[in-house]
Amino acid sequence: MDKIWLIIQREYLTRVRKKSFLIMSLLAPLLLAGTTVGIAKLSGSSDVDVVAVRDESGQQVLANLVGNDDVRFVPAAGNSLTEATAAFKKAKPKQHALLYFPPTFSLDNSKGIQLLADGNVSLKRQNNIRKAVNKTVGELKMKRSGLNQTVIENLSANVDMDAVDLSQVGGRKNNVGATTGAAYLLSILVYMFIFIYGVQVMRGVSEEKSSRIMEVMLSSVKPFQLMMGKILGIAAVVFTQFALWIVLSWGLTTVAAPLLADSMKKSPPAAAAAGVQEAANNRESATYDAAKATAPTAPEVAASPLDFLDGLPIGSIIGGFLFFFLGGYLLYSSMFAAIGAAVDDQTDAQQFMFPVTIPLILSYIVSINVIINGDPNGPLAFWLSMIPFTSPIAMVMRLPFGVPMWQLLLSAVLLVGGFIFTTWVASRIYRVGVLMYGKKVNYRELSRWMFYKG
Amino acid sequence: MQPILQAIDVHKAYAAHTALNGVSLDIPERSIFGLLGPNGAGKTSLIRIITQITAADSGEIRVRGEKLNPKHIGQIGYLPEERGLYKKMKVGEQLLYLAQLRGLSKADATQRIKGWLDRLELKPWVSKNVEDLSKGMQQKVQFIATVLHEPSIIILDEPFSGFDPINANLIKDEILELRQRGATIIFSTHRMESVEELCDNIALINRSHKVLDGSVRDIKNTFKTQTYEVEGRGRLMVTHPDFEVLEHKERENGHFYDRIKLHAGTTPNDLLRYLIGNVEVHAFREQIPSINDIFIRRVQETMPESLVEEVKN
Repeated sequence: MDKIWLIIQREYLTRVRKKSFLIMSLLAPLLLAGTTVGIAKLSGSSDVDVVAVRDESGQQVLANLVGNDDVRFVPAAGNSLTEATAAFKKAKPKQHALLYFPPTFSLDNSKGIQLLADGNVSLKRQNNIRKAVNKTVGELKMKRSGLNQTVIENLSANVDMDAVDLSQVGGRKNNVGATTGAAYLLSILVYMFIFIYGVQVMRGVSEEKSSRIMEVMLSSVKPFQLMMGKILGIAAVVFTQFALWIVLSWGLTTVAAPLLADSMKKSPPAAAAAGVQEAANNRESATYDAAKATAPTAPEVAASPLDFLDGLPIGSIIGGFLFFFLGGYLLYSSMFAAIGAAVDDQTDAQQFMFPVTIPLILSYIVSINVIINGDPNGPLAFWLSMIPFTSPIAMVMRLPFGVPMWQLLLSAVLLVGGFIFTTWVASRIYRVGVLMYGKKVNYRELSRWMFYKG
Repeated sequence: MQPILQAIDVHKAYAAHTALNGVSLDIPERSIFGLLGPNGAGKTSLIRIITQITAADSGEIRVRGEKLNPKHIGQIGYLPEERGLYKKMKVGEQLLYLAQLRGLSKADATQRIKGWLDRLELKPWVSKNVEDLSKGMQQKVQFIATVLHEPSIIILDEPFSGFDPINANLIKDEILELRQRGATIIFSTHRMESVEELCDNIALINRSHKVLDGSVRDIKNTFKTQTYEVEGRGRLMVTHPDFEVLEHKERENGHFYDRIKLHAGTTPNDLLRYLIGNVEVHAFREQIPSINDIFIRRVQETMPESLVEEVKN
């Protein structure tokens, strides 16, 4: 045990003292904060689209066209479409599109409307504009059929309210945005870290082998100690990195808070994003998706950034994330260690990495479809989060949606069993591989090693 | 006296071949022991069993009569043939790490490292990364790592391959010094001439079998052929009932070189008396077979021709 502890220390210290570790630890939170603020600023400034309208229909569409949170309509300059187009191109401040109602347009024949713009108009923008036009045309039709203004306003007010609640706010009380964001973020963190640090384990083993230190080491320690020491040492590096990120992000957002507060006043959506960013840094569990959810209540969110996490099972998310990350890392990194031990140099490692990385990648992709876009508690989601090779990612993805305790425990037990098994297999391959030089290995060879005695 | 290390009927087989087939050895304390044999004979397999990197299929290793167990790791120093260091680690830290893994306390290790680095003139390099050192200096560091924990058994696999002559001599002297202080040294090599003059005892291993062992002096005596080299001037009679001239070379001005084998019952003094009576003797010495010659002869007795050729090469 003393020896494994010495190995852990060495693996840990040599990595933590590297400049690249320091840079990663400092840069990542900056990058995260930077991108979030950047996104917030960008989306803040472009949030309200300005659309010039040229109405040649004679139906008073322009006069009745009412903007909303996303789009504002202004009359186009000039006396013809050509002039309007020219004016649109030169317009300052920038206009996002030019909406053209042709003379053929009428309330009964609503074809022929054109949306002109430089380049493509995003789907979201098109939808916003279409919605506004639909509403206006609908109101005009109602007016024509004899309803008075008050009735129309009452009716449309009702309709309007429903629309906003369902499609734009996105989150009702159960906070779908934050949940989904957390699911994405947690699972991609698990995926990335297993992959990055698993490969580090492999590279470390392969370096020990190619630098010929292996035999010296093995005359002092058991192969299993050497392997586990490396795996655990690198795990400690990961957790140090996590801890640093959290602390640094905390510090960063504290410093940045006044700056963000300024931009909040100018544009509520940006403030919402800032609030989310702060929360994201604190909890590492949100994406910009969540920003939309909180947009209407931006000031409160900014004041108390954790509010938007209401309804998420924070305790089980953090505990589960740490556990399933560690379990998944142990499971996969022991296989990476075996690969590093089996091959003579790293270029040969590719062919063996394939079968190890495939379940990792697949579990991420499949889990997104099954859990986030499908049913987080369905049978497929259940099985994905039980099989040890997929459960680290699948279960972490399910965590924000709430997972029954018995499933968590069962999955945890299976994962522990899984990594004990892979570690056993890996250590059998490892102990033969580390002293095997100049031999091209294949899968048959590897499977033979597992049954070598001694 | 009880041998410090004993191998008793050790067998080890890998999937495709047998590495050791019933090898038994006794290695006396404070001796320099040569484990000799061609590449692939099974030397490294035996050493890996002694260093507990692998285990024997059957048979036993004993250290001072006690069955080999993990607590012996600290008593054995091993410099493998495939040796290296962590390239990105500082010399001092690396030595400390390896010493601690061998069970040395941090304080002890630090002090000894200082002593050794002084001794081998590596002090200025203590906080340099290993990759910044020359190959010769790296070898010194490896040697220090092998002996730092003051093992009572030091195993050196192909010790002088890759060492430049200056370092090789330096290391040789250090090894003799260590033996003086009580350590037992085991050399393993296929270049028998490189350790011949150092070893007290040897074992010859070929194709997983031990073919010969004993003290170098005894072995050489056993394999002596009663052959003498003579150099001198004059005319030497080519036939004589008491001895036989195996080789005769005429040189300038009546000088000659002969190899003469004595027949049974003839002593070197008889030959010398005869020579003095007939020629002017410049040199007279017994031809002692080298370990390499003995090995080849021994293998010839037990193996088909083709394999002998292999061994010679």
